[in-house]
Amino acid sequence: MRFAVSMLSLLGIASVIGTVLKQNQVYEDYIIKFGQFWFQSFEKIGLFDVYHSLWFLVILLFLVISTSLCVTRNSPMMLKELKAFKEGATEKSLRAFEHKKNYEIPYDHAATKEKLLSFLSAKNFRYKLKAHPDGSELIAAKAGSYQRLGYILTHAAIVVICFGGLLDGNLPLKIQELLGHKKIETLDIPVGEVAKISRLSPGNPSFRANMTLNEGAAGNTAFVRIRDGYLVQDLPFSIALKDFRMENYATGQPKSFESDLVITDPALAQPIATTIRVNHPFTYKGIAIYQSDFQDGGTNLDFNVFNLFNSETQKLSGAIFSKSDLGAGAHALKVEFNDFRLFNILNLSPDGKGKPRNVGPNITYKLRDQQGQAREYVTYMQPMQIEGQYYFISGMRETVQDEFHYLRIPADEDGSLESFMQFKSVMLNSTYYPEIAHRLASATFGNKFDDATKTQFEQSVVQLLQTFAKGGYTHLAEAIEKRVPPAQREKAAQTYVKMINAAGFEAYSMGLAAAKLPALKLNNVKNSEKSQRLVLDSLNAFSDTFFYGAPYYLQLAHYEQKQASGLQLTKSPGQFWVYLGSALLVLGIFSMFYVRERRIWLLIKPSAYVNINHSQVLFAMASNRKNLDFEQEFKLYSEQLQPLLTA
Amino acid sequence: MSTDALNYKPQSLLQRLNWPDYLYASLLMVGALFAYNKYAHFMDIYEVSFLFIFTAVFSWLGWQWKAMRGLTMGVAVVSLFSISLYHGDQARATQAFLLKYLISSQSAIMWMNVLFVLAMVTYWFALFTRSVFAGKVASALTWSAVLMGFVGLMVRWYESYLIAPEVGHIPISNLYEVFILFSLITALLYLHYEQKFKTKQLGGFVLLIISAAVGFILWYTFDRHANNIQPLVPALQSYWMKIHVPANFIGYGSFSLAAAVGWAYLLGNQPVSGAEKKQLLTATGLTLTAAIFGTFVLHFYPFFTWLLWAALFILGTATAQGVLVKFLPKPDLLDDLMYKSIAVGFAFFTIATILGAFWAAEAWGGYWSWDPKETWALIVWLNYAAWLHLRMVKGLRGPVLAWWALIGLLVTTFAFLGVNMFLSGLHSYGTL
Repeated sequence: MRFAVSMLSLLGIASVIGTVLKQNQVYEDYIIKFGQFWFQSFEKIGLFDVYHSLWFLVILLFLVISTSLCVTRNSPMMLKELKAFKEGATEKSLRAFEHKKNYEIPYDHAATKEKLLSFLSAKNFRYKLKAHPDGSELIAAKAGSYQRLGYILTHAAIVVICFGGLLDGNLPLKIQELLGHKKIETLDIPVGEVAKISRLSPGNPSFRANMTLNEGAAGNTAFVRIRDGYLVQDLPFSIALKDFRMENYATGQPKSFESDLVITDPALAQPIATTIRVNHPFTYKGIAIYQSDFQDGGTNLDFNVFNLFNSETQKLSGAIFSKSDLGAGAHALKVEFNDFRLFNILNLSPDGKGKPRNVGPNITYKLRDQQGQAREYVTYMQPMQIEGQYYFISGMRETVQDEFHYLRIPADEDGSLESFMQFKSVMLNSTYYPEIAHRLASATFGNKFDDATKTQFEQSVVQLLQTFAKGGYTHLAEAIEKRVPPAQREKAAQTYVKMINAAGFEAYSMGLAAAKLPALKLNNVKNSEKSQRLVLDSLNAFSDTFFYGAPYYLQLAHYEQKQASGLQLTKSPGQFWVYLGSALLVLGIFSMFYVRERRIWLLIKPSAYVNINHSQVLFAMASNRKNLDFEQEFKLYSEQLQPLLTA
Repeated sequence: MSTDALNYKPQSLLQRLNWPDYLYASLLMVGALFAYNKYAHFMDIYEVSFLFIFTAVFSWLGWQWKAMRGLTMGVAVVSLFSISLYHGDQARATQAFLLKYLISSQSAIMWMNVLFVLAMVTYWFALFTRSVFAGKVASALTWSAVLMGFVGLMVRWYESYLIAPEVGHIPISNLYEVFILFSLITALLYLHYEQKFKTKQLGGFVLLIISAAVGFILWYTFDRHANNIQPLVPALQSYWMKIHVPANFIGYGSFSLAAAVGWAYLLGNQPVSGAEKKQLLTATGLTLTAAIFGTFVLHFYPFFTWLLWAALFILGTATAQGVLVKFLPKPDLLDDLMYKSIAVGFAFFTIATILGAFWAAEAWGGYWSWDPKETWALIVWLNYAAWLHLRMVKGLRGPVLAWWALIGLLVTTFAFLGVNMFLSGLHSYGTL
C-alpha cells in the first residue's frame, strides 16, 4: 500500500511535468528554450515524451502488479467477510461494543425471537441463528454486504484498465527498439526508401499513426511519430481520398470537415466508399480511420508580380510546397510557396469589438536569396476594408519569432493595385520630376513671382523628390538631420511633407494619365477628400516599400485549390479492456459509497429475574465505516426496539 | 410473523409518493411527449433516448428531493413564458420590457449573478448575527438565483436557434456557459445539504466560491464579450458533450462544496498543534519549491504565480484557524458533509472522465491521449482517490482531511481553469 501510494505520487508529479512542458515538440525548439545542458538532461530522462518514456511505463507496470497483488491478497478475506454472519461472537465481546443496548422483555424466548426476526426482516437484514447450551440464542444479522464487492471491483478495475492501456501502449515497441529490432527514421526521405528496420508490419496489433492524402491520391502507409523521428506503418489496405470538404457557418467559422474515402483491399470484392468526419470515424479491419486535420494539397497559383523599384511586371506560376525563381544573377530569389488559405477570419474593427469577418484567401511564401537567407511573406488576395478604405495587405517578417510588418497599399476606385503601381513608377522616374516641379510652382506662385524664384523652387522640389525616391520618409528625415540646423528642423520637415504631399498628388495624376486611367475626382468636397486620402496612403505605402525586404510584390491572380486531408489511423485492442474496467470501476465506486455494510447481533437470554417468561436482549450494532448515518441508524433502531419488545 | 414489526419497515420510494409527486412526473412526461411529437423528426436516436431518460431522471430527482419539483416547474414556466415573448425574433431580447430587464437570457443570468452575491452577503450576516430570519432570506435568494440561472441557460439555448438553426446547441459549450453551469450545480448541491443537515451556517463559505465564479462571469462578459453565442466547432458536435460536461461539473461542484466545508471546518476547529504546524510548513515549503522549479527550470511562469497564491492561502488559513469556532456547526457534521460531497463528486468525476474517454475515442482517435486536460483530470482523480483511501481504509478524520479538501480545490481549479488558461492541447475550445 505504501509502495503503491509513492508510485502514484511519482506518477502524479511526472504527469504534471508532462502537461507543463509541451510534449513532442521539434527538438530545436527545446534547445532554444532550455539551452544545451537542460535539453540533454531532459532528453536523457525522456521529459519530452514523459508518457511514453520507459520509466513512466515501468511505474505503470509496477502499479498494475502492486494493485493485482493487493486484490489477490485481500479478496479472499473480503469474500469471507461478505459471506460471514459472525455468529461466533461471544457475549463478552458484544458487551465491549460501542453501540449496544440492553432490553428487559416481558415475553418468553420464542415470542421475543419472533419479534426480533420480523424486525430484522423489515429492515432488510439477513440473519443466522446460533443456540448456546446455556439456553441463550444469538441472532447474527447483516445488511449491505455487497459494499465489500466494491473494494474488489474498483481495484480489479484499475488492473483491467491498466492492462488495456498497456496493450495499446508502446511497451512492445520500446522493447524491440532496445533489442535493436526497430530503429526510428529521422531523415525526411520518400516512404518507399524507408528501411525495413523502420517499418511496422500490417499485422502490428496496436498503433496510432497519421497519414496525409492529397485529393485524388491514394496511400497504404502511415507514419508513427516518435521523438525526433518516425516509423512507417504499412497498412493491410489502401485508402484513396476522393474529396475533402470544409463547410463554414455564415460567420466564417468552420462547421464541418469531411473526407470521401475509398478503401481498396484484395480481400474485398469491390472497394468500400465511405465518408468520415470529425466525431464520425470509420472502422475497417479493426483499424479506425479518423478525420484529424487538413492542409493544403498543392494548390496551383498564378501571380502578377510587380517590381517595386522599377515599372516592370511579370507573370509567375507555382504551387504550394513547390519553388519558383524570380530575378537573375546575384539578386535572384527562390520563392518557396508554403501555404494557401481560402478563408481567413479577421477582426478588423478599430476597437476589436466588431464582428470578425472572412477577408478571403491568403498565401504564405518565403523569398530566399543566394546566401540562403529567407524572409517570410503573407499576402492577401483581395483588398481589405480598414477604417472605410480598401487596402491590399502584405506582411513580412525576418524570422519566425517576429511579428509580421504590414505593407498597406491603397486600392483604387476599381479595387485594383494598378493606380498605385503607376504612381510608384512616376515617383521612381526622375524624368517626371521637372514637370511635377513646374506644376507645383505654377500652382503655388501663379504669375506673381519672377522666374528666378520659381526656378529655385522647382530645383528644390526636384531635389526633394530625388531624396524621397531613395528611401521614403525615413531617408528624408536623415537628409534633414544632415543638412538643417536643429532649431529649424521641425519647420523644414513640415514644409517638406507639405511639398511631398502636393508633389505626390501631381505624380498620382500623371501616373493615371500615362496609363490612360480616369483622373482623380475633385468635383466635390467628398470626392476631393477621398482623393487626398488615396494620395496620402499611396505616399505612405511607397515609403514603406523600402522596408518590404524584397523588390517584388506578388499579387495572387488565380488559384486552383487542392486540399489534403489528415487522417489518423488507430488500432487499439486494449479498448475493450479499458471500457470493461471503466464499467467495473463505476459499479465498484457506487457499491463502495452507497451500500453501507452493517451488522446487528441480538443475544436473547432468559431473564436474570425469577419470572421464567421474561427475557433479556442484548442489542449490538457495528459497521466497518463509522459515520453520522450509522449513528443515526443505531439510534433509530434502539429506539424502535423498545416499544416493539415491550408492547 | 409478528405484524407490529412491519410498522418499522422503511417505506419504499413508491409508497412514499403523494399526489403532487405523481402530478409532477405526469407533467414532465406530458412535456416530453409534446416535444417528441413536435420535434421527433429533428432528433436522432440518442436525442430521443436522452429526452425520455432525462424525464425519468428528473422525476426521480423530484421524488427524492421535493424542492426539485418546484424548481423544475418554475424553470419550465418562466422559460416558456420568456420564449413566448420573443415571437421568434432575437432582437426582442433588448426591446420587450420584460425580456430586457428580467428574463431574456442575458438579463436572467445577470439577475443570477446579483442574487448569488446578495445571498452570500446575507448568509454571512445570518452567520454572525445568528438570525434565523436572515438565514431563510439567504436560502430564498440562493433558490431565486438558481431559478434565474437555469432560465438564463434555457432561454440561451432557444436564442442560439434564433441566430440560425445550424448554430443552435445546448449552452454548455464554452467557458462562459460552463461557469454558469458550475455556479448552478454547486448552489444546488449546497441547497440539498442545507436541507438535509438543517444548517445554514455554511452558505457563506459555499457562496463565496460561487461569487468568485460570478466575478469571473462578469469579467468575461464585460471585458471579453464571451456572452455572445458562438456556433459549435466540429469537434464539439457530438451527443457526448451533453452528458460529459454536466457530469464533470457535478464533480467540480461537489469538490468545491467539499473545499468550502473543509475551510469552514478549519476556521471552526481549534487552533493548530505543534505537529500540525510542522506539516503545514512542509506543505508550504513544498509548494514554494515546486513554484521555483516551475519558474526557473521549466520556464512556466503562470504556475509560479498560481503556487505562490496557494502558499499564501495555506498560511492565511493556518493563522486564522479556529476564529469562527463559536459560529459553526459541530466538526462531526462538517466532516460527514465533506465526505458525502467528495463521494458524490468522485463518483460523478469518474463517470465524466470515462464518458470523456468514450468521446475521445470517437473524436480524437484514442480513449486516452495524455492531453493536458485528460492528465489533469487524472491528477484530480488520484488526489480524491487518495483522500477517500485515507478516510475509508485508514479511518482518518479531522483537520488533515479538511486541509486536503481545501488544497484539492486548487488542484481542481487548475484542472478546470488553469489548463485552459496556460496549457494548450486538444481541449482548446475552452480557452480564455
